[in-house]
Amino acid sequence: MSARLPPFQRFLDEQRDVVWRLLVSSVGSSDAEDCFQETFIAALRAYPKLRPNSNLRAWVLTIAQRKALDTHRARARRALPVGDPTGVEASNPISPGSGASANASEHTPAHDELLWAAVGELPERQRSAVVLRFVADMRHREIAESIGCSEEAARSSLREGLNKLRKVVEV
Amino acid sequence: MKRQAPRKRTSIEVALRRSRDHSTSDAAAAAQRLSGRIAAEHLADVSYAALDSPFGKLTVAATERGLVRLAFPEEDTDLVLDRLASRISPRIVEAQAPLETIRRELDEYFAGRRRHFELALDWSLVGPFGRRVLRAAAEIPYGGVLSYTQVATAAGSPRGSRAAGNALGSNPIPIVVPCHRVLRSGGALGGYAGGLERKRWLLELERVA
Repeated sequence: MSARLPPFQRFLDEQRDVVWRLLVSSVGSSDAEDCFQETFIAALRAYPKLRPNSNLRAWVLTIAQRKALDTHRARARRALPVGDPTGVEASNPISPGSGASANASEHTPAHDELLWAAVGELPERQRSAVVLRFVADMRHREIAESIGCSEEAARSSLREGLNKLRKVVEV
Repeated sequence: MKRQAPRKRTSIEVALRRSRDHSTSDAAAAAQRLSGRIAAEHLADVSYAALDSPFGKLTVAATERGLVRLAFPEEDTDLVLDRLASRISPRIVEAQAPLETIRRELDEYFAGRRRHFELALDWSLVGPFGRRVLRAAAEIPYGGVLSYTQVATAAGSPRGSRAAGNALGSNPIPIVVPCHRVLRSGGALGGYAGGLERKRWLLELERVA
């Protein structure tokens, strides 16, 4: 045995910020706490079986990403008990809010909230791609691995997601 | 495939990058609550904590079985944890609650109010011979001393005083397993992994109390 897994506490200390940002970005701050706990509890359970030279960051972000998806799906079920959850996302476009504050060059917290609310309303794969790219700084290849698709598909999900955000948020 | 020339970032990308910086201070608090939950639900294989002592900051680590490691202040905590990860399990989490007993008993011991430790021990880090030696050392009563030869004899290897010395020198749970009570036959201090100064201090503490 050569390479070894770091003690879990060190892994937690090193990854907690990026996981937190990803979760706040994709599910909002009120649900981030639960997802955070679930993510690291799941990681802790699986931890000893992990190959020592795994990309720990990509691994834990993938778990966090899955927990965020669960939260979105649960919300969609609550919002529309009988129906297709993906239909909810498509038929529920974000309103650009109050005119001027919707300009993307503005630095107001209200604007950021609007932007991330719009990210939250993107279809699953586009949302994942946007969050992994801009919150976790992942490359296209890493995004593809994380959400389980081809690099080309990841690239186009990202592009489509950005286009939608632009329509919604930029005037 | 040739990449296009670096394109100008659109304002939406700038906004996405900017707003990701929010609220990482909450992450520390969330991680703290997580550690508490892990301890409460017994999800970690090893818990560790730092505790204050007259020697400075000690690092103590315990499994479900008991205290497995006590490290002196000058030992590199990362290294101590790395070894625990490879020898026992990488599921190691910092938590105060599982180490409350050791904290209390050590405080009492250092204050001269405790003559033996009652907490459970985990011998996982020690081989079979070392275990015999350290158990023999653990039998030496508070205030008493034995020679390396006597401990070796008690461990079933009367000729193994040098090996016994090595086993005592690599005691993973010093103070609690009182290897400081083992001296040279003539009464000289011998060695101590934590430094002779501390060995003398501990023997002094036990003499006075």
